[in-house]
Parts: sequence; structure tokens; C-alpha cells
Amino acid sequence: MNALLAADLPYWAQSLLRVLGGIVAVLLPAGTIVYVFLFKMMSFMQSRLGPMEAGPYGSLQLVAEVGKWLQKEDITPERADRFIFKIAPLVVLVSTFLLVAVVPFGPDAWFTNFEAGVFYMLAVSSVSVLGILIAGWASANKYSLLGGLRAAGQLIAYELPMVLAVVGVIIQAGTMNLQQIVVAQNAGSIFGWNGLGNPYILTQFVGFIIFMIAVQAELTQTPFDMPIAESELVSGYMTEYSGFRFLTFFIAEFATAGVFALIASVLFLGGWGIPFAWFDWSTIDSVDDWMNVVGPLIMVTKMMLLAFIIMWVRFSYPRFREDQLQRFAWKVLVPVSLVNIMVTAILKVAF
Amino acid sequence: MVAADLLVAQNVGFGIIALLMIVAALRVVTVKNVVHAALWLVIVLSGAAAQYLLLSAEFVAITQVLVYVGAVMVLFLFGTMLTRAKIGAEADLNNKNWGIAVPVSLLMFGVITWVLIDGFGDERLPNPDEQTQVPIQVLSDDIFGPYLLPFWALSFVLLVAVIGAIVLARKD
Repeated sequence: MNALLAADLPYWAQSLLRVLGGIVAVLLPAGTIVYVFLFKMMSFMQSRLGPMEAGPYGSLQLVAEVGKWLQKEDITPERADRFIFKIAPLVVLVSTFLLVAVVPFGPDAWFTNFEAGVFYMLAVSSVSVLGILIAGWASANKYSLLGGLRAAGQLIAYELPMVLAVVGVIIQAGTMNLQQIVVAQNAGSIFGWNGLGNPYILTQFVGFIIFMIAVQAELTQTPFDMPIAESELVSGYMTEYSGFRFLTFFIAEFATAGVFALIASVLFLGGWGIPFAWFDWSTIDSVDDWMNVVGPLIMVTKMMLLAFIIMWVRFSYPRFREDQLQRFAWKVLVPVSLVNIMVTAILKVAF
Repeated sequence: MVAADLLVAQNVGFGIIALLMIVAALRVVTVKNVVHAALWLVIVLSGAAAQYLLLSAEFVAITQVLVYVGAVMVLFLFGTMLTRAKIGAEADLNNKNWGIAVPVSLLMFGVITWVLIDGFGDERLPNPDEQTQVPIQVLSDDIFGPYLLPFWALSFVLLVAVIGAIVLARKD
């Protein structure tokens, strides 16, 4: 087993594995989140059972749903801008795939080991705004356009606190490489005690809260779902989409939720690692190879935990008004995260 | 005949991306729809980011995507969609002074070419295999060290622009 894990694969095999792994890392969390949280948890919170017929406890419901969507007619509105209308959902999905590329799942189980990983993550997550905006415009529908514009306004507003919240982590870790941020957390110690490592949720708690709020807004999940408000905008930029293209938007929404949960767990919860002191590891090179198998499992566990929080908030709170939403971003989150950066920098210099 | 060291993957990639950028740049000014023009501009700007990546200037490439594709173009589209963005072709999108832009852009092209050739000559980029990437720490040390004054000056210009926008937009 150990020999298998330490095997040196040729470049093409590694690349193939990474592409397949990327597809799995996007689609598997999306499916799990939809079934466990969207179907089951929401139903239990509303005192009903949810899907029960397809498979044991309705666990195959998702397969049935995908089959249903795939066989629906792919409708394009007559006055729409056909090409852009068709390509928009794909732009959103591509942004998700680009996002997962920097997430490390183990000491050697990574897709790309980007030096500026955090920065890259913030850059490609903003590409999805473009897809949403042109989807709203190309639908040739007033509701869709309004939804697209609201989405753009909201995503720009909440990108800023997200960037600023992450800066605290970067200052503390001293690197923008996500892999090294994981190592810094697990090799760290709290006042000399290294039994837990030093997950940044302890020292960067404010940053973590701001990051999760910004993620909620970036995903347009419920307290921040002005752009897709189904009761007033009839799902906003998604109104005109049907069948396969709606499915693409749907997958992108929940896959992005999963990927952001993965990134948050890397930044704040210690990522794939377990405290290095437990096994007398010191650097990333001394980590045993079996972490390449256990690491992804740890990541999935943490992802489910954070996705649970995202969905919990989604099902619990009513929608923000547009002006409250903007005021909250600019007048609360941005100043608080700026103070957080200042305090972190001062403490970093002091210790 | 093409020299053997010209046909390396980086050069081929550069050629393809450069061609795409030129076509897209021409489409930006010829296409008959404002939103389409903006989207062609997105392709030009992402192409520039890809070129930076080929030069193994990772940080600059990501900044290009973050600032231009993620922020500037979104604001562009946001602005045009909020005011006027019809679907389909639009008449009289051309500014009647467009002739003036031709000599200006030719002059720009000449100046940039001259500066590049004068500055670098036939100096070659080091082989990317030899770990030539500038670490981001070095980059930031430079920006906040020897180049601090220009950095401050730039920030000041941006601050002036922000305050100016607020002053213009305020009704009272």
C-alpha cells in the first residue's frame, strides 16, 4: 500500500489523474450538498420528510432529477442574444473548476501548487460575475436583467471584505501558497503547546466570520439572495434557462458552495492536515504518504461542516433588502476587516 | 528557415494567443453591439494575462485577471447594462473623430516597440525550468522598499479619483 502511494507516475498520468480528481472534487460535493442539505436537512427543518421514494431514503432522487433536467427542451427566448445566452452558464461553471484547482487535499494530492494560490482563488472567483451578468442581459427579459445587475452589485460589494478577511491569514502564515498555509497551521503551536497545531480560526476568528458572510453573499444564498429572489424576480438571471443549462447553473451554485467551503477549511481550519506534533512530523516532506488518502477525507469532513453552516443560515434567515445589503458590506464588513488586518499586523510584528 | 529554438512550446503558445488577441482587439472596435464589444475586450485582457503567465510572471497575470476581468469589465458591463444595452446591432456606434485615433495608436505602437528594443535588445528570458520566478515576497519587498514613493503617488491618484467621483455624484 505504501509503495503504491509513493509511486512516481509519469507526467501524463499525473495530469490525467488531476483532471479526473478536479471533476470529482467539483461534482461530488455538489451532489452531496444538494441531497444531504437541500433535500433532507431543509425538509427536517420544515417538519416534512423530503424525497423518500427514489432509492433508500430518497438517496437516488438526485439521479432522477438530473435525468429529468437532461431530457427537458433546451429553450432559447426568441429575442435573446443566442450565443451569449448559451455560453453564460458555462462561464459560471468554468469559474468553479478553475477555483478547485488550487485546493490542496494532501501533501502530494494537489492539482496545482500555485505560489500565489490565495490571490488566484480571489481572482478566478470573480470571473463567475461575468457569466451571471451576461446571462441576465442575454435573456432579453427585464426580470433577468434586474437579477443580473443585482448580482453584479452584490458580488462586487462582498468581494472586497472577502479579500480583506483573507489578508489576515496571509499575514499570519507569511505566504500565499495554500499548501504552505496548511503546513503553517498544523506545524504551529499555541503558546508553545502544539497538541492542536494552530488553526487560524482561533486567532483569525473575526476574519473567519467575515469570510463566511462574504461567501454566503458570493453564493447568493438566502440572506443575500436579492439577485435570484424567486418571489419578486422569478429567479432573476436564471428565469429563461431550462433543461441542461439550468442544471449547469444549479450545479455551479452548489459546487461553488462546496469549493468555497473547502477553501475556508484550508484557510481557517487547518485543511487536510492533522497537527504535525502527533506523529513527530516537522515539515511537509516528513509527512507520511498515507496522508494522501486520509487528507481528502479530512477535507470532505470539514467541507461538510462548513457547508452545513452555509445551508443552516440559508434556511434560517429572511432576505436582506438591497440597501441593507450594500450598507452591511461597505459600512460594517469592510471597516471591521480593515481593523482586523491592522491588529493582525501589529501582533505579527510584536510576537 | 525558422531557428530550432523558436519552435518551443512557449513561443507557439505566444503566437496563438497573440493572434487571438489581435483578432479580438479588432472585433472590439468593429462589432455593432456595445456588450459584444465589452466581451471581446474581456478576451483581449485575458489573453494579456495568459501572456504574462507564459513569461512566468504569475503575480502580474493574476492581478490582470482580478483587476481587469473581475472588476473593470464587470463595472463596464454593469454601467452599459444599467443605461443602454440593446440586444442586436446598433447604428452610429462609431465616434466621428475615430480617424484621429489611428495616428495616435500607431505612435504608441512605435514608441513601445522602440522602448522595448532599446531597453532589452536581444536579451533572452531565462529558461523557466531554472527556477527564475521572482517570489512574491521579493516583489512586495521591492514595492514597499525602494519603490515606496511611486506606490504612494499612485495610491494618492486613486484616492483623488475616488473622492472626485463622490463629489460629482453627490446631489447636495
